Amino acid sequence: MFANLPRTFRLGLAASVAAMLLSACSIQPWVKPYEREHLADPIMSFDRNPVSDVYLDHVFEVREGARGATGSVGGGCGCN
Amino acid sequence: MAALFALAAVGRAAVLPDDRADLLWHDWQGGGVTVDGPSILVRKSVNDSLSFAANYYVDMISSASVDVLSTASPYKEKRTQGSISADYLHGSTTYSLGFIQSHEPDYRANTGFFSVSQSMFGDLTTISFGYTRGWDKVGEDSYLNGRYADGGRITTWVGDADHRNWQASISQILTRNLLMSLNVETDESDGYLQSPYRTARYIDPEGLVQTEAQVTPNTRTGNAASLQLKYYLPWHAALDGNYRLYHDTWGILAHTIGAGYTQPISTSWTLNGTARYYKQGAATFYGDLFPFEDSQNFMSRDRELAQYHDLTLGLGASWQFHPSWPRWIEKGTLNFSYNRMHIAYNDFHNYTVGGGTEGVPLYAYDANVTQFFISLWY
Repeated sequence: MFANLPRTFRLGLAASVAAMLLSACSIQPWVKPYEREHLADPIMSFDRNPVSDVYLDHVFEVREGARGATGSVGGGCGCN
Repeated sequence: MAALFALAAVGRAAVLPDDRADLLWHDWQGGGVTVDGPSILVRKSVNDSLSFAANYYVDMISSASVDVLSTASPYKEKRTQGSISADYLHGSTTYSLGFIQSHEPDYRANTGFFSVSQSMFGDLTTISFGYTRGWDKVGEDSYLNGRYADGGRITTWVGDADHRNWQASISQILTRNLLMSLNVETDESDGYLQSPYRTARYIDPEGLVQTEAQVTPNTRTGNAASLQLKYYLPWHAALDGNYRLYHDTWGILAHTIGAGYTQPISTSWTLNGTARYYKQGAATFYGDLFPFEDSQNFMSRDRELAQYHDLTLGLGASWQFHPSWPRWIEKGTLNFSYNRMHIAYNDFHNYTVGGGTEGVPLYAYDANVTQFFISLWY
């Protein structure tokens, strides 16, 4: 069934499955929960302003040939 | 609209997105085109494991672009888009499901998507997979006397386009100050993939420039991969960088590189600046001026398929407040964002200036992109 999937996606899938298998090993988090104060700050969010980010993605998507891999999951915009 | 449904941010345990409402007004002015309108997003959780979101978005378009001025008359139209989604959190896994519908007089799009996200290694790593399926209906508008101003819009449906899209991403905490996100995405489309309004130009036997309908392949597969990094600076600021590589079966190779800086200057005010550079090569069947009629199987002068680059510089300001009324609102932000975009084409001439083929400048333009929005958390 995976042979029908696009090559790039298969590579991503393989890397992700490898990471999942690794999770079976007891890897200890090297950044402890109590050390994540900086990372939990709102300024460190990749999507602090989702509506604004999505609008700008749309601005670029309709004017540029490239699209995708913006870090979001879901659908694109169907428009001409 | 996809990122409205982005999954739980890295740096936190697997949790549902915040309950919040956003009301945004957007405005694009550039290239003879004005596009403005609202976007409203409301997200509300039912309990600790189930959350719903709904978005309504409008583009009000007034166009006298270089394409329109070359081959048609200026027009106005409205695009509306509605979407709903649900997120279900079970243990360290989040499942998302959603539907998006877009409506224009000459274009209809229905899109469904599903994704699953798994947090692991003590929430150091989040892996996500997504699948999106889209069904579009493509039309071509014409007007009485060929002029928009005369009214009498007639829409002719010219074809369908189907889209299948796969995404995979890994979000990773690298150090106590550094986050990383790796993303790959593949998009397969087939059907009527060209714009019915764009034409190809060629030189006839008399040496005059003529136009003919463009013809593009009816399949297209694009692959994109990106890396995003975000670093916390010791004086309470954030620096981020990103790079994306894109390639597709139409021969377009594109690079996108971006950087941003976010600086809180008080407990209420946060400022940010961004820079983004994009560069692409032309599709294999793109031509600004073909040597004769039907000179290739596939021919297009669609400028999104040309060779060009663009640079976008942005500034933003956000003011946070804690209203005493109504009490169910925990906090809010008022936000302003301005972006200046410059696009310059390397093989697309502006034939609205001058005549013939001599002395016609390459096309370039600047755009102003402005946003105002209010966000409320409850």
